[in-house]
Amino acid sequence: MAAVTHEQLHGHHPGPTGLMRWITTTNHKDIGTMYMIFSFIMFLSGGVMALTIRAELFQPGLQVVQPEFFNQLTTMHGLVMVFGAIMPAFVGFANWMIPLMIGASDMAFARMNNWSFWLLPPAAVLLLGSFFVPGGASAAGWTLYAPLSVQMGMGMDLAIFAIHIMGISSIMGAINIVVTVLNMRAPGMTLMKMPLFCWTWLITAYLLIAVMPVLAGAVTMILTDRHFGTSFFNAAGGGDPVMYQHIFWFFGHPEVYIMILPAFGIVSQIIPAFARKPLFGYASMVYATASIAILSFAVWAHHMFATGMPAAGQLFFMYATMLIAVPTGVKVFNWVATMWRGAMTFETPMLWATGFIFVFTMGGFTGLICAIAPIDIQVQDTYYVVAHFHYVLVAGSLFALFAGAYYWLPKWTGHMPSEGLGKLHFWCSIVFFNITFFPMHFLGLAGMPRRIPDYALQFADFNAMASIGAFGFGLSQLIFLVVVVKCVRGGERAAARAWEGAEGLEWTVPSPAPHHTFEEAPIVR
Amino acid sequence: MPARYNLQAPVTGIAEQINDMHTLMLVICLVIFIGVFGVMFWAMFHHRKSRGAVAANFHENTAVEIAWTVIPILILLGMAWPATRTVIEMKDTSNPDITVKATGYQWKWGYDYLQGEGEGIRFLSSLSTPRAQIDGGAPKGEAYLLEVDKPLVVPVGKKVRVLLTANDVIHSWWVPAFGVKQDAIPGFIRDTWFRADKEGIYRGNCAELCGRDHGFMPIEVHVLSAEKYTEWVRLQQAATAAVEQASLVPQSPAL
Amino acid sequence: MSQTTAVRGFDHYFVPEPSKYPIFGSAALLLFGAGSALWLNDVASGPWLFFAGVAILIYMLFGWFGQVVRESESGQYGRRVGLSFRWSMGWFIFSEVMFFAAFFGALFYARVLSVPWLASGDNAALLWQGFSSAWPTSGPYTPSGAEPFTPMGAWGIPAINTLILLTSGVTLTWAHHGLLGNRRGQLKLGLFATIVLGAVFIGLQAYEYGHAYADLNLRLDSGIYGSTFYLLTGFHGLHVTIGAIMLAVMLFRVLAGHFSPQHHFGFEAAAWYWHFVDVVWLILFIVVYWL
Ligand code: HEA
Ligand code: HEA
Ligand code: CUA
Ligand SMILES: [Cu+2]
Repeated sequence: MAAVTHEQLHGHHPGPTGLMRWITTTNHKDIGTMYMIFSFIMFLSGGVMALTIRAELFQPGLQVVQPEFFNQLTTMHGLVMVFGAIMPAFVGFANWMIPLMIGASDMAFARMNNWSFWLLPPAAVLLLGSFFVPGGASAAGWTLYAPLSVQMGMGMDLAIFAIHIMGISSIMGAINIVVTVLNMRAPGMTLMKMPLFCWTWLITAYLLIAVMPVLAGAVTMILTDRHFGTSFFNAAGGGDPVMYQHIFWFFGHPEVYIMILPAFGIVSQIIPAFARKPLFGYASMVYATASIAILSFAVWAHHMFATGMPAAGQLFFMYATMLIAVPTGVKVFNWVATMWRGAMTFETPMLWATGFIFVFTMGGFTGLICAIAPIDIQVQDTYYVVAHFHYVLVAGSLFALFAGAYYWLPKWTGHMPSEGLGKLHFWCSIVFFNITFFPMHFLGLAGMPRRIPDYALQFADFNAMASIGAFGFGLSQLIFLVVVVKCVRGGERAAARAWEGAEGLEWTVPSPAPHHTFEEAPIVR
Repeated sequence: MPARYNLQAPVTGIAEQINDMHTLMLVICLVIFIGVFGVMFWAMFHHRKSRGAVAANFHENTAVEIAWTVIPILILLGMAWPATRTVIEMKDTSNPDITVKATGYQWKWGYDYLQGEGEGIRFLSSLSTPRAQIDGGAPKGEAYLLEVDKPLVVPVGKKVRVLLTANDVIHSWWVPAFGVKQDAIPGFIRDTWFRADKEGIYRGNCAELCGRDHGFMPIEVHVLSAEKYTEWVRLQQAATAAVEQASLVPQSPAL
Repeated sequence: MSQTTAVRGFDHYFVPEPSKYPIFGSAALLLFGAGSALWLNDVASGPWLFFAGVAILIYMLFGWFGQVVRESESGQYGRRVGLSFRWSMGWFIFSEVMFFAAFFGALFYARVLSVPWLASGDNAALLWQGFSSAWPTSGPYTPSGAEPFTPMGAWGIPAINTLILLTSGVTLTWAHHGLLGNRRGQLKLGLFATIVLGAVFIGLQAYEYGHAYADLNLRLDSGIYGSTFYLLTGFHGLHVTIGAIMLAVMLFRVLAGHFSPQHHFGFEAAAWYWHFVDVVWLILFIVVYWL
């Protein structure tokens, strides 16, 4: 296309301003920013729920909330953190960084991109609003197991529609990312030259497209069981409550990798940058990611060992689950090998990334212990599982998000984030994180069930410790807020290549990245 | 006091195996952990720029990559072997001495002795901790939240098969010391088994979110010697007979 | 790798101006979701919010797609945008496949696993005495107490509907050939015939539902058979409706002179969708009605 017509088609008209700018924007950077702000707000809301849970569990006895409300808090904490905080945060990163990393002018479908984001606030309104309807929010756990979820009040219906809307948002967002990665790479940017973050997101997007519709189907069946007399999950009508669990976990297990693969991507960008050494095994990292994704479709029933499957079923799902340790191990070994004989410095992003590897691996190991079916019979639905998944979700997904945020803040804001505060944030977080969640392993092993508002006396001291840790951890997160606000407002100016060892196209554009980048595609050699 | 850092002390063969397996897993994971992070921290200390390290530029090494794929697979095989044996043993509910059906209700358990000594006994079992203890109006007792009005009673050393079902939503019958946890699914019967090797009182909880009082439907099992168990059965049956006698006379016409 | 020089004019990619339509779509779904939840719980304002949501959604769809059509017709989309559309439509259809997979999975699970389980072993002995496993079934105890029902036979209307949908696939392909060969008459006729066939299909399906409720006593609450039957055929019918609307839009565009033999992805997307709906029906016919 000739350059002249191009200028005509795409002159930069002064678009809407003020609030309308954000509502109508088609710019991937604006949209990425909105995703991240939204997810941080959701993180705080989910966090406040977690703190209420921890306050109730500080001591034996009922002090702060009543059991029914406690269950609502647990349910909504899980839903808000998973669908409101972690997933949108990664989509925000994808929006900001993928076009910059592959040299594209924007996302493939910029208008649809806007809609993907703007579906989230309505979903959040429905979800959080459900606290205020008669009967309160759904109290069936984030897994919404039937038939308990069939017993719930209107809050459950609101949650179902919220999940539908978030599903639409995720599917559109995922399709956008797939198409952007496949179709908008700059000349010379072959797939196997792509930064790993793009690879992990490409694979994550496929997971999303494959499993979000299944979740939509599952909750739709709950809806019809609730209101239209169907019997999907009712044995009297020939259905089976356990069928819900199969469908849910067919979504649910890939879902947890949806929340970790982009984290692997972020860490794989950061480690080489601060080790000043290329990633040890790029190709094997790509294959490992793909293997994890493929395996994730064949392990779902490891959440259901206590439902009473036939032995053959238990064994199959146990073996398949254990296999996932292999590609994940490949990743951990690769990161360590990348650090080996590098020239490392430990600025804030690197601290978070190494912290991630260390603590995430602990979560991985406890996952593997859960995967051993006989052991899982003991720990299923106890705080051991709660410990496991907070190690992989908080110390995994969330820590990687912080690592990525510190790494790319210079690109987003044009200023270097405060090293002092960033390091403080890291050290407070990792210490309080372990104070909060490490004792939960002991609680679970010793027999404390999850999702209970009150517990037997022998669990008192570890619970008190976890509660204190949780408040410390929560407060530490406010440091991050301060860092970001300060970084937006000013501070040391960031160079285009903000970190000495950073590689990739995103570091070739100025900091902050101009509103429009790569309108003329770069050539990658 | 039950173990505070580990699984509760096992009183069945299965629970014993689970304990051993858990210890084995823990040791293997710990060794790998120390190995991997030993290397990482060594590198972090020695290969840092401030200590004058200069970055090497090596990457991709097929031999290393094959090794760190194959060795973990072998380790996993080593873990899978004992687990497989235990799974198969846990699933073998054949030839029980006693069969009890446990039904989950919101929020209590119903027990129904179906076969073996005690056949015909049935009762409901619900939390006996007084409300005042929960609300803080009274000091909490020793077995706070783990005590019931009528415990399940079984003889020591006998294979007890437990059939599980539920009346409303899914519950889960869990006694940690037995290494038994089985979901109770409305409309379906699932089974599990245990053979307690030691007399005593063993406590557990409902282990599947089942609504408001999910945290308040414990399981208490009394394991008695053969003689005491026989005595208990006799008392139960006598009591049941008395109740039946009484209820024969004034049946309410409304029913 | 980060060595870069810009190339001017490398197949410039269309990036749209800011747009007001997405926020309308979001408002629509908010009202739709809240309205549905309220309506289902018999709150009087529910239907109002629901229909307000639907109205806004329709406005949004008209406005948004209208704009896309205008941009497309004015030649703003280059080759790569066309490719993006293809990828995205393909993956969108895949996501729909997975949505149906959840329901087909439920049908499979019930027929092959849960119903036989209920009729065997301890389940039969202790809970559901006398229940024997057969398909179709309303389960051992249909909670609403619905009387026995007659299952929907395969060889009446459903078989005719199969023929109709298969024929519609042919007419649509015929229309596509017309478009490729620039025979607009054939294109219009083929498209029109496809839409008519689609409408007849929906009409027969509605008639069949009426028949099922009135004469066969086969209802949504007829246990697992009724559940899977209505959800599968219902979602399929919904997709046929959407597909027919898409084709109708294409017909209007054809009448307005849109599309050329080289440039007609809108038409193709609708056709892909229609064929997808066709295939779903075939599977449905086999596993829901026939076997
Ligand atoms: C980011 C999210 C995330 C991630 C990455 C994982 C990772 C894994 N998870 Fe986890 N999991 C959850 C989130 C996640 N999980 C959540 C949310 C739940 C609870 C849901 C609910 O019920 O509410 C859950 C529950 C859960 C269960 C069910 C527990 C129960 O309810 O009883 C199981 C059981 O198998 C399990 C297993 C695993 C395994 C084997 C991995 C593996 O992927 C881990 C692999 C990693 C390693 C093993 C470490 C690194 C490897 C090496 C250093 C190589 C060498 C190692 C060896 C050879 C041993 N998980
Ligand atoms: C996805 C990510 C994710 C994240 C990040 C977290 C974060 C946290 N989670 Fe949780 N959690 C889940 C996912 C997550 N969680 C899931 C899926 C479940 C299962 C739910 C279920 O069983 O159904 C669960 C369940 C769960 C439980 C078990 C509840 C139960 O079984 O009853 C507990 C208990 O301690 C807990 C605690 C915490 C804590 C203390 C944090 C902390 O890390 C939170 C820290 C953050 C904050 C505390 C916010 C900071 C803000 C402030 C302090 C400022 C306050 C400001 C104002 C008021 C203006 N979580
Ligand atoms: Cu019964 Cu939990
Ligand atoms: Cu899982």
